[in-house]
Amino acid sequence: MTSSAPTRVSVEAPSEPLIEFRNVQYRATGGQILLNKFNLAVERGETMVLLGRSGAGKTTALKLINRLLEPSAGEVRVEGRTTLAWDAIALRRHIGYVIQETGLFPHYTVEQNVAVTPRLERWSAGRIRARVEELLALVGLDPHAFLQRYPHELSGGQRQRVGLARALAADPPILLMDEPFGALDPLTRMEVRQEFQMLEERLRKTVVIVTHDIGEAVELGTRIALLEAAELKGVYAAKEFLLSAEPVATAYLAQLRALEPGGRKS
Amino acid sequence: MSLAEYFARHGSEILAATTQHVWLTGITMLLAVAIGVPLGIVVARRPWLSKPILGSANVAETIPSLALFGFLLPLPWLGDRADRIAIAALTLYALLPIIRNTVAGIAGVDPAVRQAARGMGMTEGQILVRVELPLAFSTILAGIRVATVWTIGIATIAAAVGAGGLGEYIFRGLAMVNDQVILAGAIPAAALALVADVLLGLLERQLRPERG
Repeated sequence: MTSSAPTRVSVEAPSEPLIEFRNVQYRATGGQILLNKFNLAVERGETMVLLGRSGAGKTTALKLINRLLEPSAGEVRVEGRTTLAWDAIALRRHIGYVIQETGLFPHYTVEQNVAVTPRLERWSAGRIRARVEELLALVGLDPHAFLQRYPHELSGGQRQRVGLARALAADPPILLMDEPFGALDPLTRMEVRQEFQMLEERLRKTVVIVTHDIGEAVELGTRIALLEAAELKGVYAAKEFLLSAEPVATAYLAQLRALEPGGRKS
Repeated sequence: MSLAEYFARHGSEILAATTQHVWLTGITMLLAVAIGVPLGIVVARRPWLSKPILGSANVAETIPSLALFGFLLPLPWLGDRADRIAIAALTLYALLPIIRNTVAGIAGVDPAVRQAARGMGMTEGQILVRVELPLAFSTILAGIRVATVWTIGIATIAAAVGAGGLGEYIFRGLAMVNDQVILAGAIPAAALALVADVLLGLLERQLRPERG
């Protein structure tokens, strides 16, 4: 862990982006365009925040990465290959996925929930057990207290931690998070967020995270992709975003400043 | 002769009729579950099939049972034996609650759970077997429970086409204007329905997805 906070000015020249949107359009079955002319490259190891208001196309973009949706035009490339050339199941098992309501299986214990992907991948029982315990410890839950509990016996913050552990189970190089802290109360949210940030510094996954919370975006993002009305408005280094003159960005910043009159360290 | 004496004297016959009744109901329920649950799964996956499939099951439900037994009588193979007719008709009646509850159970699975399952790389089959069916199970079982109680009741009418069962006593008693004979069929039938209801109810509570 010698490298500190990643500075995204120097990109390793030969490495191609881990995730790349090329002129992507997504049209819903009803015909409305949810994402248009979308170009974005996510580099290995960075945390890319998709920021925008509801309906801006953030979640659509995220689902295009693990092929829960398929582009109507253009292509999405993961590790250099268009998602359509991937086997959808293999692609999804290669990518961790965390959603707001966690989507934990209510009929599975914490242990079984975290073990879903390893089991699908037919790991041995011993290896799964060890991995589950390791992961729970990693997200700050005492394995012995939590392994046998059911999701409805957990608090919102604990559920979200289990959701994260589950997404990390098969050690995927990519992590997609859709409003992962959205359902938590403000204090728990800050806690889980900070823990996630420390975790991410350790694991160095490539993360794409959807949020409409500007504070979260600035805090977690290496870069911020700003979406508005199905289009990309700009991509900023997190610090640079605070200085942006893009009207949508300034609107967000005004909101941020209104909340924290002392300004923000950056 | 008191009712108790009647039961004592005809005990073995009543038991045989009860066994026949349980057999008719059991085979019916096996068939109805084997047909109804898969149909329910299909409807849950393809909502446009909901109208034709649930509609047909609904129509079957509206046919008076005596008439339905009559309709099946002239059919080849089915009409050859009374118990075949009875089982076919009873199965048709039992389908609706099973299909309907299977659809409702699967539709009731939290969309976030389904989305997470897909996002984690489960195949459609894995989502069905590991997530949707276990979560829908208590709802499906509730449908099976309703259907079982109905079937035990309607199966008494199967005696009209000669399929046997406890209905024999009821029809015979009606013909003889003898309440005791009617009760010799009606009481065990009611008891069977109650027992089935309670047992399946217990099972249902046991298997509810959110334990505790």
